[in-house]
Amino acid sequence: MDTPILRNNFKSEEYQINMGPQHPATHGVLRLLLTIDGEIIKKVEPDLGYIHRSIEKMCERDSYQQIVHLTDRMDYLSSHINNEAVCLTVENALQLEVPERVKVIRTIIAELTRIASHTLWWGVMGMDVGALTTYFYGFRDRELINDIFEETCGARLTMNYNIPGGLMFDIHPNFVNRTKEFIAHFKTKLPEYDLLLSGNIIFQKRMQGIGILSKEDAISYGASGPVGRASGYSCDVRIHHPYSNYDNVKFNEILKTEGDTLARYQVRILEMWESLSIIEQLIDNIPEGDFFAKTNVVIKLPAGEYYQKVETARGELGVYINSTGTKNPYRMKFRSPGFSNLSLLNHIAVGGKIGDLVATMATLDLVIPDIDR
Amino acid sequence: MTYFKDIYYAIKSLLTGMSVTGKYFLNARKGAITQQYPENRATLKMFERFRGEVVMPHDENNEHRCTGCQKCELACPNGSIEIIWDRQVDPETGKKKKVIDQHIYHLGMCTMCSLCIEACPTDAIVWAQNFENSVYDRTTLTKVLNKPGSKLMPGVED
Repeated sequence: MDTPILRNNFKSEEYQINMGPQHPATHGVLRLLLTIDGEIIKKVEPDLGYIHRSIEKMCERDSYQQIVHLTDRMDYLSSHINNEAVCLTVENALQLEVPERVKVIRTIIAELTRIASHTLWWGVMGMDVGALTTYFYGFRDRELINDIFEETCGARLTMNYNIPGGLMFDIHPNFVNRTKEFIAHFKTKLPEYDLLLSGNIIFQKRMQGIGILSKEDAISYGASGPVGRASGYSCDVRIHHPYSNYDNVKFNEILKTEGDTLARYQVRILEMWESLSIIEQLIDNIPEGDFFAKTNVVIKLPAGEYYQKVETARGELGVYINSTGTKNPYRMKFRSPGFSNLSLLNHIAVGGKIGDLVATMATLDLVIPDIDR
Repeated sequence: MTYFKDIYYAIKSLLTGMSVTGKYFLNARKGAITQQYPENRATLKMFERFRGEVVMPHDENNEHRCTGCQKCELACPNGSIEIIWDRQVDPETGKKKKVIDQHIYHLGMCTMCSLCIEACPTDAIVWAQNFENSVYDRTTLTKVLNKPGSKLMPGVED
């Protein structure tokens, strides 16, 4: 065969491949339909619905106490904060003042949850870019937090420790000591994270300059949490709309302006230091008192619409309840951080390579049950 | 020149990282949180609040504390608890009283949310710390919590 004809037959053409739903780097059942030219990504279309359990519809069936445990199953890495969001919405609707003790304990456990989520993220993030050691180190430190939760709440992941009006039971007598032990332990381990991964030049060069998200795009796509803050978008709900006990503690909002994967990585590492400082400020001053405010056994919200947002480990979680005055909500809607953060994936991944997409997705920190609900 | 500089810094930062792993390599068991699970079964103790499965404690006279008020059944979000009950005449007072026949608990459907145990007015059901729940047939996960021939403990009212 003549060579020129052969060359004509090898035209460059775009083609589509599936990434997921069983791909190890998609962290769950997320299917990405990639349109690629060679190895350059032209388009990313996320295909959702593989883990849809119709949680919002199930909420319309359940009473307000029962709804709380369903939110454990949305973003399972920040389950306590999800529970808190629902409880805060119901308490706001009932205009119920919860005791100070409840607020402080909720804040401490929420920050512990954030650290647990970020350590797990750090482990799998390292593994996505090829550093297996981080996985074990991240899980080692998360295990101690899980022990604290198991002792106080009775469960390690789906805790269901909040009820509308307060907490299900009081903290365990060992809670304060264990938390202090953990803080002392984690303060020696967090610098190791920097030595192992953050300070590694190979890692830094891999992460720099890929998946860049500008501040304008972060705002227009509704990015929140560390993803938005890495682009310079000040979006921390804990600072702008304080709930629970966040108005009584001092902490900094971590802001970066680069907007690339490395910035998102650094924001999360620095957030763990801030969470530690929040816990340190509160752990010695847990006020005495009741651990719940009394509510009716059957909670009926006054007719109307209620909205409350909180800052989970992944970003802003909004809970919307539309009540008609009965014991079930007429409509319940969750604004999940993962969904908005996934929507910008196409924008930041186009033009990069497939390997960059894996690193970019790792720093978006997607939890798929949170996106699908 | 920057090429060799890059290689130098890359190797340097790799060695920095390996100094951390090397430290743990030399002190392998110090501070390790790994548990040798199937081997340590005899000494493994779960936390007292751990939610393993719902059980109904009976005393030595085969008496339980469940009055059959069905509050746990109502509190359960997904129908894991079914109570089959009847009214029987109390021989002492001569009044008709609710008595449970079977307290059925579907462990396979339970989400361990603890709402039933919070709802129980007489502390008839509690959490067991058992966590080895895997079975070959899922029908064995449906359990009757009250033992055969058991009675209500005298003096328990809801």
